[in-house]
Formats: sequence, structure tokens, C-alpha cells
Amino acid sequence: MIIRRLSGISWGLVSGVYVALLLSCILVPLCNLAVPEDSIFHLSTYTVTLIGKYLCYALLALALDLVWGYCGILSLGHGAFFALGGYAMGMYLMRMIGPRGVYGDPILPDFMVFLNWTELPWYWQGFDIFPFAMLMVMFVPGLLAFAFGLFAFRARVTGVYLSIITQAMTFALLLAFFRNELGLGGNNGLTDFKEILGFDIQSDGTRVGLFVATAVALAACLAICRAIVNSQAGKVLLAVRDAESRTRFLGYSAENYKLFVWVVSACMAGVAGALYVPQVGIINPSEFSPANSIEAVIWVAVGGRGTLVGPIIGAIVVNGFKTWFTGALPEIWLFALGALFILVTLFLPHGIVGTVRSWLPSRTSQSDRATGPSDTHNDTHNVDETKPASGTGL
Amino acid sequence: MNTSATPHLLNLDSISVSFDGFKALNELSLAIAEGEMRAIIGPNGAGKTTMMDVITGKTRPDTGTAYFKDRHDLTGLSESQIANLGVGRKFQKPTVFDCHTVFNNLLLALKDRRDVISRLFAKPTLEKQQRISDILETIHLKDFGQVMASELSHGQKQWLEIGMLLAQDPALLLVDEPVAGMTDAETAQTAQLLRKINETRTVVVVEHDMTFVRDLDVRVTVLHEGSVLAEGSLDHVSSDERVIEVYLGR
Repeated sequence: MIIRRLSGISWGLVSGVYVALLLSCILVPLCNLAVPEDSIFHLSTYTVTLIGKYLCYALLALALDLVWGYCGILSLGHGAFFALGGYAMGMYLMRMIGPRGVYGDPILPDFMVFLNWTELPWYWQGFDIFPFAMLMVMFVPGLLAFAFGLFAFRARVTGVYLSIITQAMTFALLLAFFRNELGLGGNNGLTDFKEILGFDIQSDGTRVGLFVATAVALAACLAICRAIVNSQAGKVLLAVRDAESRTRFLGYSAENYKLFVWVVSACMAGVAGALYVPQVGIINPSEFSPANSIEAVIWVAVGGRGTLVGPIIGAIVVNGFKTWFTGALPEIWLFALGALFILVTLFLPHGIVGTVRSWLPSRTSQSDRATGPSDTHNDTHNVDETKPASGTGL
Repeated sequence: MNTSATPHLLNLDSISVSFDGFKALNELSLAIAEGEMRAIIGPNGAGKTTMMDVITGKTRPDTGTAYFKDRHDLTGLSESQIANLGVGRKFQKPTVFDCHTVFNNLLLALKDRRDVISRLFAKPTLEKQQRISDILETIHLKDFGQVMASELSHGQKQWLEIGMLLAQDPALLLVDEPVAGMTDAETAQTAQLLRKINETRTVVVVEHDMTFVRDLDVRVTVLHEGSVLAEGSLDHVSSDERVIEVYLGR
């Protein structure tokens, strides 16, 4: 009952998220750049970047919800797509350092000079061109997702087995990216960025610009996810989630539908990573750590799986909590996160959004043609009472 | 056995399937003519469901061929390819999509392009809506279009599933125990429904309920231990000594 209520998306909540993002795009620049620093309405650049970071996490959670909530693929490796997008952006930012590095080499990043490399590896070519780098931000995670999905979904690996392989995938990448030979900075990763598109990466204006870009990307991806979920393909996805073999017998190749959302989701996670890196100023292999991917699953669960807006709220709430908690009681943060997950599973099995919706006498439209839940319920009661009559009438 | 002049829609030829040494199907050969309705009966473990699994691509046989329309060997195709060729299957346990309305269940089943891109941009056109309301009428669920499938009664779910098969517009319909768990009134209606469907399509029904099989009044094939034991009218096969032995002797 709750699940089906979740599958219809309340326009109220969605528009609330859009309005909040739009407002933040106006207020955050205003409060950071225009309001004088001594005013209580002034927003520090630190806070702007912090919220920007939360929005990147929110985008990752949204991407994860598309595959988990709507297609039943529980990915414990979405952090890998996020990190790959981040590395693609990091490579662009490294190339933009130019001769300002410690060693002053006009082409080679510092770590390559340090390793006595004499020329740029082939896969670093083109990353000085911004549009190319942005293409790679989506292409690299998308390609990995495509290759992974092609084999995993064709082989009909599902459920917990699939989750385990996604976890293995991100762990394998973690180990690979630690190696200096890979030419991506080893365990130090990529950092010490100077500028993006010619703007100083440390300046307040750039920080605000990155924040706005993140909010816009999040809104755009939410719109894309909603379009997918509300299309007829979205109905097939739910069918695959709930009764995969039945869907096959209807003539749908379930693996193609899974592959489609899987790749779309990976590209979105890549975009999230790419927006994250210039804001935090570093990308290193720890972003591939399995724990990161599992945390993302918790954000989705806390916010409400299969609601699209829930994961956005969940990511922001949990990370806000984390920022406060790691400041106040850093040692026990992981215990608090674990406790949060257990409590949510026990008491809010449908997450924040799912629970709020079940409290409200919502006017949620359950499907594109349904008039509303209350009408449907009345119908059902009539049905039960009139069933014998309809049976004899035929 | 079946030497009628009508072309065969489905032709199973010496199909064998074994699971861990147990022979579920043993050199099974069976031909279904175009436009025919056939009832398949047999005791538990006779291989009825395995036979359906082979035809729909769920199970790959160890040996044998299954030709559909004399052209396509189903043993080498996937479930979705077979479904798109025009083979529809109704399961023993009704499996409808609980998270969707009755209307959307039928929309999902409606014969149309099945690839991701065309589904992304597909619209429920007036023509499709008309097709669906026709089907809703046929399956006695006219006023239930916007009801969630999870809220239907057991019998209504069975009908919805039959409706989904109709929406698929298959040439061959495989129906697994359609009246299991139905009331007598529902059973009679279902027989009527299947006969109506048979006016335009070939139907294969697997059923335990002998009253229902008698109601259908069609050619019957008796399976036993994975192969055909007898074939003919219900009266003919029920007077066959081997059939009596299989049914009563165990």
C-alpha cells in the first residue's frame, strides 16, 4: 500500500524542491557576495561550499534512487561513478594549473615530474579542453556502467549478488587508483587546483558560481529522472523491479531497461563527482572507498527510497547531521550513522518522505490517470461489496 | 498422431529435459494446429509446467526442437523474443503488476514496440485507450481501470492476467491452471472467456479441474512422466486403461 503510494510522486514535494533550489540560487549569491560580512544575513564562503557539497551528495543519492527505488538494483558501488566523474574533472583542473605547479613544468602535473615522467600519458590528452573534459565526466562512468551492466544483467545477476559485485567493483578501482603507475596521482590524488574556466578556484565568486551550477545540475537531473519515471518506460522499470520474469514474458528485455537506467544513473553520479571536486579542492582514491557508497545508500533509505525527492532531502539531512556531529563528537560519528540507519529501518521504513506522505491526507496523484487515493479507496470498497452481483450478472 | 491437414502452429519434437537426473520431459512430441484449443492434463510431475517453460524460453531443453509457425525454433530464443513472436503465457499463480493500476497493467501488455527508446516517448493514444477499454469489457473489469491491481480479488487477478495476454495479441496462448482457486461461477465464466478467445487464437490450457476441461469440450492430451500418454476427446482418453491406471492407480 505504502509502496504504491510512493510510486506516484507528489507534485507538491517536487515543486517544493524546485522552489528551494531556485531560491538558493538567488539567496546564496546574494547573502555571500552582496550582504556585508558583519551582517547576520551574511553567508560565509565556507558555508556556501558546504551546502554545495551537500547538493553534490544529493545528486548522487538521486542517481542511486533511480536504479534502486525504481528498478530494484541496490548498488553498493555508486561511489565509483561519482569518483570517476571527479577524476575527469580533476584532470581538467590539473591541466589548468599549467606552469604554476611547484616544479613549474608547463604541461606535466607535479606528481608526474616527481615520478620522473617525461611526457603526458595518452589518456591525459584533451583534458585541457573544457567541453572534452565535461564529456568525459559522463562518458567514463557511463562506459564503465555499460560494460559492467552488459555482463551483469545479461548473466541475470540480481539481488544481493549484484550488490556484492558492485561493491567489489568500487573496491577494485580503489586499489587501482592507489597505484602511482596509473598516472592519476596515486594515493595523493589530484589537488592544488588553481583555476576553472579562467576563474580563480578559491575566489568567492567562483565558489558561488560552482554552487549555482550544482543546484542547476540537481534540478535538471531531477527533471530527467521524473521524465523517465513517469514515462511508459518508467512503468516497465517498476514492473521489472517487482516481477522481472513476468516482464520478460510480456516481451520486454529486462536487461536493456536495467542497462538504460544504470548508465543514466552512472552519468548523473559522474556529474555529481565533477561538481564536488572543484568545491572540495581534491580528489583521491578514498572516494572509491566502499564505505562512501554504503553511506549513499543510507541517504536514500533515510530520505525515502523510490520517491526521487526523498534521497535529495535524505542526503542533505544526513550530511548536515554529520557535519554537526563530527564537530561535536567526532569519535562516535560512525556509531551514530549506524544507529540512524537501524532507527530509520525500524521506525521509518519508507524514509522521511514516505512517512510524511502517509501522515498527510495527501492529494497525491497515484498515476497519470488516477483522480486520487481517496476515490480509489471508495472504488475498492464498492468493488468488494458488489463483486458477487457482478459475478452472477454475467 | 495429429495428421490433420491444417498447418501446425506449434510443433514440439522429441523434447527432453532433465533436472539433476530427473527426467521432467522424456522425448515429448506434440503438435498444435492453427486455431485449435487443446487441454493438457496429467498427474502432478507429469511435465506440464516444464513443457510450458520450454515453449516460452524459460527452460532450455537438453534435446529436441520446438518449432513455432514452422519457422522459429523456440529452443534457441529468449523469453522476450518468444513473447514478441506471438506466444503469450498465463501463469498458474496470477502475476500482475501490483504497483500499477489495472489500466497500466494492460497498457504494459499492449502489443507495441518493446524497446527502451520507443517506450520512453510512447503516449497512451486514444486508439490504445480504446483497445484497453475493449479488453476491460471482455475480462469483466470495465469499472476497475483505475484500481490498483493489488486490490483485486484472486479471480479478478486471473482475468486481468488473461486480459494482459489479449492485449499482447498473441497467436498462441498458453494458459496454466486458469481456474485454480476460482469459484464455480468464475470457473464457468472463464471457460466462456477462453472459448471466446479461441475464436481468433490458438489456445493451450493446462488444467487439473476435470469439470472445467469437460466444459471446454476440446481435444485432450494426457501427459505422464514427461511424454504423451494418450490424446483425443475427453471421453476417449478417460476410457483409456493406461490413463485410468495413471490417475487412479497411484
